[in-house]
Amino acid sequence: MSNRPVNHARAAEHFLEDAPHLKFHDERLWDMRQKRDAQMHMLPEWQELREEASRIKEHTLAQLPEYLEQFEENAKKNGIHVHWARDGAEHNRIVGDILKAHGARSLIKSKSMVTEECDMRPYLEKQGVTVTETDLGERIQQLDDQLPSHIVVPAVHKLTSDVAKIFAKDYHTDPNIRDPHLLAEAQRQAARPVILHADAGMTGGNFVVAETGTFVVCTNEGNADLSATVPNLHIATIGIERLVPRMADLGVFIRLLSRSALGSPITQYTTHFRGPQDGGEMHVVLVDNGRSHRLGMDDFWTSLKCIRCGACMNTCPVYRRSGGLSYGAVYSGPIGAIIDPTFNERKYSTLPFASTLNGSCTNVCPVKIDIHEQLYKWRRVLVQHREIPFVKREIMYMAGKLMGQPKMYRAALRATETSLESLPRFALYNWLNPWGKHRELPHPIKQTFHDWYKKNRATPAATAPESGK
Amino acid sequence: MKIGLFIPCYIDAFYPEAGIATLELLEKLGQDVEYPLDQTCCGQPMGNSGCNSDAAAAEALFVRNFARFDKIVMPSGSCTHHVRDNFDAIPQTDEVRHVRENTFELVEFLHDILKVEAFPWAEFNHTVGLHNSCGTLRALRTASMSELGEKPFSKPMDLLKKVKGIRFVTPKRPDECCGFGGTFSVTEEAISARMGVDKVRDHHDAGAEYIVSADSSCMMHQQGCAERAGVPIRFIHIAQILNGAAQ
Repeated sequence: MSNRPVNHARAAEHFLEDAPHLKFHDERLWDMRQKRDAQMHMLPEWQELREEASRIKEHTLAQLPEYLEQFEENAKKNGIHVHWARDGAEHNRIVGDILKAHGARSLIKSKSMVTEECDMRPYLEKQGVTVTETDLGERIQQLDDQLPSHIVVPAVHKLTSDVAKIFAKDYHTDPNIRDPHLLAEAQRQAARPVILHADAGMTGGNFVVAETGTFVVCTNEGNADLSATVPNLHIATIGIERLVPRMADLGVFIRLLSRSALGSPITQYTTHFRGPQDGGEMHVVLVDNGRSHRLGMDDFWTSLKCIRCGACMNTCPVYRRSGGLSYGAVYSGPIGAIIDPTFNERKYSTLPFASTLNGSCTNVCPVKIDIHEQLYKWRRVLVQHREIPFVKREIMYMAGKLMGQPKMYRAALRATETSLESLPRFALYNWLNPWGKHRELPHPIKQTFHDWYKKNRATPAATAPESGK
Repeated sequence: MKIGLFIPCYIDAFYPEAGIATLELLEKLGQDVEYPLDQTCCGQPMGNSGCNSDAAAAEALFVRNFARFDKIVMPSGSCTHHVRDNFDAIPQTDEVRHVRENTFELVEFLHDILKVEAFPWAEFNHTVGLHNSCGTLRALRTASMSELGEKPFSKPMDLLKKVKGIRFVTPKRPDECCGFGGTFSVTEEAISARMGVDKVRDHHDAGAEYIVSADSSCMMHQQGCAERAGVPIRFIHIAQILNGAAQ
C-alpha cells in the first residue's frame, strides 16, 4: 500500500467539475439529513437517547476485555464458533480456512465495512473463492471495482445512468435503462441463483450482546438474511467495538441507528442471530485491526463508539461536495477523517484538514463522538509528527512570529498598503494564492482600523506596557 | 467596567468599518472602551492549522494587551472561540485565565452582559439573511442549532429585531457552513469556494439584499465568491446595522 498522502483537495476539485453528479449527491444526502431531523423532532427524548447511547458505549469500551470474554463464553454455549483476529491478514486467513475446511468455493455476503478494512475479497478470490456482494449498492461498487463511498449507501455518488452502464457490462441489460426499479430487478435476477447455490454466507454485525452471546444485523434489503440463512455456513465478521453489555441496551441503539442514518424509524430487518440453524454452522470472527491501539489513545478512543450510521457524512458540507471516494480510504467523511489516520498516519494525514471544523457532525452523531474536536486534535498530532507539508508549517511559523511582534506586524501591513493596497505581505506567499482561483479578493481600503483609531481616539495610554507577562 | 476592544487582523486590514461600528456602538451604549494599539492576532490561524506552538507569541501578546481589562470584546465569533476554548499554547496563569474567561463576542456581550433593550438610532430598510458563523453557532452557542432540535433561540436575531425597518428572510439551509474555515479556504479552495457560492445563492434565492453576520471572515470569503459568481448580494457586519448604518 502506498504511503503517499491522499490528495483530497484535488479529488474534490475533480468531483466538483461534474455538475449533475454533484447536485444529486449533495441533495440526496441533504435529504437524508432532513429526514433524520424530522425523526429527531418526533422523539422528545432524542438527546437523552444520545446521552444514554454514549454512556453505554463508553462503559463497554472501558471494560472491553471482560465483555468480549463474556460474549465468547455465551456464544460458545449457543453453538457459535468464535475466532479472534488481531489484524486484517489474520481475519482473512481465518475466513479462508473456514471456507477451505468446508470445501466452499462461493461466498455470498452482505455489506461489511470490516471486510473492506481487511481487504478480504482479493484475498479470497486468490484462493479460488468467488465472492458476491448481495447489497445492491455494494454489488454496484464491487462490479465497478471501487470502495464504498458511504458506509450506509455505498454507491450514493452514482447516478442511475452510471449503474445502467455497469449492469449492461456485467448483466447484459440495456445501458439506457433509467428506471431504478428495472435495475434493481436486474440485480435481483442476477443475484438470486448465486444466493441459492452459494456454499457459504457472510454478514457483518451491527451489535454484539455480551450477556446473551448473540448478535444483531440491521439491513433494509433483506439480503443479509438470505446470506446468513440460505447456505448452511454463516460467517459473521465483527469489529470488537460493536459490543453492548445487555439485550436491554439494544433498544437505545436500534432507536437511534436508522433514524440517524436514513431518517427512517427502523431498518426493514433487524435480525437477531442466536446460533447456527439446524444442521448448519455459525462462526463469529472478532476483529481488532487497530482497535485496541485506538482504545489506548487518550484523545481519540471515543471514536470507537461509532455505530456506523453515516449521519456525520450526510450532514458534512465538505463530504457532500467531494464524495466519499475523495477521501481515498475505507472510511470517508468526518468519521473517516478521525479513524483513518489510526491505520496510516502519513497516508491519511490530509484528511483531518479536509474540514472547516464547523461541528455539524458532532451534533448529529447519535453516540456523541466529538468528531470536530478530534479533527482539531488530529491536526496538532499530525503537525507534531511532521506530517504536514513543509511550506504550510513554515508559513505558520513565520505568521506566528510576526503576530507576536506588533511593530514588525504594523510595518509589514504598511508596506503592503502603499505597494499593493490590499494584502498583508504574509498573505502573498504562493501558498495563499489559490484564494483567487474561484473568489475575488477583499476590496482595498483607505485606512486600517488601527490607523483610524490612532487618528480619532488614541491617547498614549493605549499602548501596552513594554515588559510584563 | 473597563472594556478592551480586540479588532481581528482581517477586520483591521479589510473591514475597518466593522471595527469602527463596534467601537462607536459600545460608546453609544455608554461603555468605557479602549483599543490597545499593540494588538495583532489571537492565534487562531496557527491553532486551527495544528501549529499550536506557533500561536504562543500571538497569545502571549494578546494577554499582555488585554489582562488589565474587566471585559474583552471582539466583533468575531471564531476569534472569541479560539480565546475561550483553544487558547492553550501558553502556560495557563491566572492572567491568562482571566483573559479567557472575560472575552466576549460582540453579540453575546450586547445580549448577555449589557442586555441592551433598544437601539433607537438604528434603522435599516432592507431585507437581510442572517449568517451565523459556525464559531458563533456551534461553539459560542449564540443561536439554536438545527441538528439538536432544541427550542429555537437566536441572540443576533433578538438584537436585529430591535432595528427599525429591517426585514428578514431565511435561507433553505440556514446552519450550513459557508466554507471559509480559515486555512481550509486555501488548502481546499475548490470545495471552499463551492460552499461559499452555494451559501450566497441560498440567501439570494430567499430574497436577501444583504447577508448580515457577526463574523467578517465568513463574509470576506462569501463576498469574494458572490462577486466572482455574479450573485448580486451585499454584506454587512451586524455591528454596522446595530450602530445605525443607513446604507
